[in-house]
Amino acid sequence: MADENKQQGPSPAQSAENSAAATPSVPPKPAAAAKSGAPVPLPWQSEMVDSFKGRFGSGISEAVSYLGQNYLVVDRSALSEVLLAARAQESFDYLVDLTAVHYPQRELPFDVVYVLYSFARNERIRVKAQIADGEAVQSVVQIWSTANWLERECYDMFGIVFQGHPDLKRILLPDGWQGHPLRKDYGIIQQDQQWVKANLGIESGQ
Amino acid sequence: MTDPTTTVSHLDLGAKNETFLDANELILNMGPQHPSTHGVLRVILKLDGEKVLGTECVIGYLHRGVEKIAENRTYTMFNPYVDRMDYVAAVSNGLGYCEAVEKLLNVEAPPRARYVRTILTELNRIASHQLWLGTHALDIGAITPLFYTFRDREEILKIFEKYCGARLTTHAFRIGGCQYETYDGFERDVKNFVSFVTPKVDEYEELLTTNRIWLERTRGVGLLSGPDCIDLGVTGPVLRASGVKWDLRKAQPYAAYSEFDFEIPTGQNGDTYDRYVVRIAEMRQSLRIISQAVERIPEGPIMAKVGKVLKPPPGEIYHSIEAPKGELGYFIVSDGSTQPYRLRVRPPSFVNLQALDKMVRGQLVADVVAVIGTLDIVLGEVDR
Repeated sequence: MADENKQQGPSPAQSAENSAAATPSVPPKPAAAAKSGAPVPLPWQSEMVDSFKGRFGSGISEAVSYLGQNYLVVDRSALSEVLLAARAQESFDYLVDLTAVHYPQRELPFDVVYVLYSFARNERIRVKAQIADGEAVQSVVQIWSTANWLERECYDMFGIVFQGHPDLKRILLPDGWQGHPLRKDYGIIQQDQQWVKANLGIESGQ
Repeated sequence: MTDPTTTVSHLDLGAKNETFLDANELILNMGPQHPSTHGVLRVILKLDGEKVLGTECVIGYLHRGVEKIAENRTYTMFNPYVDRMDYVAAVSNGLGYCEAVEKLLNVEAPPRARYVRTILTELNRIASHQLWLGTHALDIGAITPLFYTFRDREEILKIFEKYCGARLTTHAFRIGGCQYETYDGFERDVKNFVSFVTPKVDEYEELLTTNRIWLERTRGVGLLSGPDCIDLGVTGPVLRASGVKWDLRKAQPYAAYSEFDFEIPTGQNGDTYDRYVVRIAEMRQSLRIISQAVERIPEGPIMAKVGKVLKPPPGEIYHSIEAPKGELGYFIVSDGSTQPYRLRVRPPSFVNLQALDKMVRGQLVADVVAVIGTLDIVLGEVDR
């Protein structure tokens, strides 16, 4: 029974692997129309993007819309000003999430990602910036208090330093731990052997 | 800890016109093994007598590296892991993850699957709120609600068990829909549950809503204003109790939520009592959604056509749902392979816990217990 699901009603048209199936002819219709074909990133055009581009010029590298979600790629030099403008002028008053992605083969190996939401506009955007290893990013705790723990977690997991953070220290891992586990060069079963020996009194935590 | 040599002698007190406790700041360690921390949370309290001057949370005792694990598993293999974050609302976790990957694949779950998902997720919301109510009341000193809520929660777990074989870590959904067709009598069981539990919610209210001890312990305790909630990123019932009428099921509907009538309960004062009232009202709204959904589950397949090997095209997605505790988001970066390049979980418990310090400053030690309870955190999700 594991792989066999009861197929009831009209069977959906044979479709490619990645296209949406099932549009049966029953009253409750899907909320959104099923799309076909592979999604492509499109340029994101809006008043806000225009005003940012006018103000920061080449500080805004890209404005992209992918799968209905919009994001800005900004230069690291303009990052904190763009975020402040998003909060102050564009009413993005809720910092949903702050995280990073590690691309070790890139010249600037880290993407710092900010997910912002505006209650007034009911709109969610992302702001991304590429930074070098060891380069400090301006903390946004002054703009959104949420950033306090989120930046600490980002520091803990990636070793990204947030300048101006009131208390930047590890949050999920123990204070004396060496290494930042979400970096790509950190193995999945890797651990800080010295810390484990000294603090747990065992040879290995594995 | 206080140094005994600097402790003020009792003999000096008269001269300084201070009590013994006024003269000392006391650092008190609460947890990590403490029943009212609902898991392994350590809170370091700085006290002046009974008054809290400040707190610091020490977390990470349950850190398992869920995000690292995700990078080393295929999309399908990672699915059961998400159940183990917020283990009292495993179905919600699964819904958020499956929908995020579906978006990345540009696949949509069939209507039947979306209805079944909505029903199970709302049942899970009730179960989560029931567990919260029982334990929160127990922390404050009322034992009876625990028995009531656990008795009724059992009925939900029975439905889960009949549907997918598991009670807590259900792994109920698959990427593309639901693996299992509903069992014979599913609709009947759900309808029976709704008529069974509706009067029970009134029973909980009878025990607590006008109970004088409950009012004394919760009214005006752990105040958090709407703007503070937004600044701190606090979501879910805590945000709504502070008067912000915002629910992702309405703001950015997912699953089948756009097709049902329900309201967003809100409070005005943003205190522990309002959060209780909001969650009780949410249980009733969930019952409303379930009874509408179960009446008109569409026919059709329950699983979309997705390949056995999932390879989302390169790109990234952020998808979030209204979990019982707040906004649960998944940020997934795909590099076109079978494994996520990066998977980030935006856990509501982690972000909401950050508000603890603001909520208990200037309050009494006993209120810390009430506030940790009212935040409704699950440490498995805080630490991941």
